[in-house]
Amino acid sequence: MSGEFESLYREVILDHYKSPRSHGLLEPRDAFAEGQNPLCGDEIAMSLTLDGDTVADVGFEGRGCAISQAATSMLTEMIRGRSVHELAAMPKEELLEEIGIPLTPVRLKCAILGLGVLKVALHKAKGTPLPEEWTGGDDLTIS
Amino acid sequence: MAVTAGQKLDAPALRADFAVFEELLKGKPLAYLDSAASTQKPRQVLDAMREFYEHSYANVHRGVYRLAERATEGYEGAREKVRAFVNASSTREIVFTRGATEALNLVAYGWGLDNLGPGDLVVVTELEHHSNFVPWQYIAQRQGASFRHIPIDDNGELRLDALERIAGEGRVKVVANNLVSNSLGTINPVEQLAAWAHEQGAIMVVDAAQAAPHRPIDVQALGCDFLAFSSHKLCGPTGSGALWGRRELLEQMSPFNLGGEMIRSVALDRTSWNELPYKFEAGTPAIAEAYGFGIALDYVSAVGLEAIEAHERELTVYALGRLAELPWVQTYGPPAERRAGIVSFNVEGIHPHDVAQVLDWEGVAVRAGHHCTQPLMARLGVSATTRASFYLYTILDDVDRLVDGLHKVRKSFS
Repeated sequence: MSGEFESLYREVILDHYKSPRSHGLLEPRDAFAEGQNPLCGDEIAMSLTLDGDTVADVGFEGRGCAISQAATSMLTEMIRGRSVHELAAMPKEELLEEIGIPLTPVRLKCAILGLGVLKVALHKAKGTPLPEEWTGGDDLTIS
Repeated sequence: MAVTAGQKLDAPALRADFAVFEELLKGKPLAYLDSAASTQKPRQVLDAMREFYEHSYANVHRGVYRLAERATEGYEGAREKVRAFVNASSTREIVFTRGATEALNLVAYGWGLDNLGPGDLVVVTELEHHSNFVPWQYIAQRQGASFRHIPIDDNGELRLDALERIAGEGRVKVVANNLVSNSLGTINPVEQLAAWAHEQGAIMVVDAAQAAPHRPIDVQALGCDFLAFSSHKLCGPTGSGALWGRRELLEQMSPFNLGGEMIRSVALDRTSWNELPYKFEAGTPAIAEAYGFGIALDYVSAVGLEAIEAHERELTVYALGRLAELPWVQTYGPPAERRAGIVSFNVEGIHPHDVAQVLDWEGVAVRAGHHCTQPLMARLGVSATTRASFYLYTILDDVDRLVDGLHKVRKSFS
């Protein structure tokens, strides 16, 4: 196997892709959003339960490339117990650091789709700020 | 140039005209399997364009000085080459555009806005590229006309048995179809559709972007009314393309863009349009690109369109055969004898983007996505496919490397 493969699809990414964490939508739920990356057809739907302003639990379903699904799976492991305000302000770099692989601009959109869905879900449920980079002007469609 | 017309094409020799094949990417030569998106450019085209820019360049048409005359000769000479390439009867019927997409928009706006209304039907196909789909959907909606599509069967071939039903639903005014599908390679029965369109009193608009580079085109034999294609898919530069249209239709049509060359006279209260084809060429055109387009037509014509078609058929038969060896690969589209050099497929359980990414590391360039045919992807029940497409410089070894790469993809994700 080439070194490039190991660097992009490193073991942890493949593990999350093949065995996604937090898989399945929650019911009942306090927050929900879904998004698509029309460029490659990645899809993510995410639901959350909240305890006041804190994320209690999260679940997602989706289909698409390994990067989009693994990144969302990893994201779900980063957000339980954190406040909605903190997550609304969470920079994408925090997730990208966790993913830990070099991404071209095209694949970057795959990697951050799940984070955008999270921010839109929190915005709809709790009115948290939603900077423009997550709603318009990009190729992602989230609602 | 390594081949003369009528002979079998010698792809390994032709590759010497394309500098990119001399490069090694991490020790591997490029297996370029994305010519349906855009082709590589031979030295003959690049050298001619440089020569033109250095020694024959000025703005066209109204210059009195000799250099402007030379530039105009180069530009208008390219128009004559386009005319001959599609066997049009006059260069007045050849409009230079930025590409096939702009040409199709020109027809949708220029003809559609004046001729479509409630009760009229605009008919496209489920196989259409967005460029011959969306302009018609948009103009039909704006004009209150209805929008219909001819469905496809599971092979990706048009279901002509739907025509009768469609004709019963209103006045068919436009039929729009690609001669070759960019996603599946399906060769569509455009002659038949054109005859049906004319029985209905409709115009037939052909997107030949994916056909003109790969097989001989004769607009008179096709019997269509408009035909669009792009330079960059046949070894020419980007930013240039052509629309052929029947003269009487072009004469009746309103202009598409206004200003510059398309004008005969302007007064404070009215403007009159220039004659064909200049009525449709507003502003300074892509002069050197049109010139390069013409040189590219010389190049592919010298190789021979029949020879290109036969070469791609051989590659397609070979590729479909090799992919059939892989039970975990599903291919889409008709059998090789009814398709051009395009093979769309999916690897079981692996997203096309992941497939294309791993293939890239093996030096194999393929396209992954919806190929600007989202209605078709929906019909196939997939969000995307991986697509390998061929041209005159593609060799069997490229296909072998694709298949070897797919084994690596499979192994990596297992």
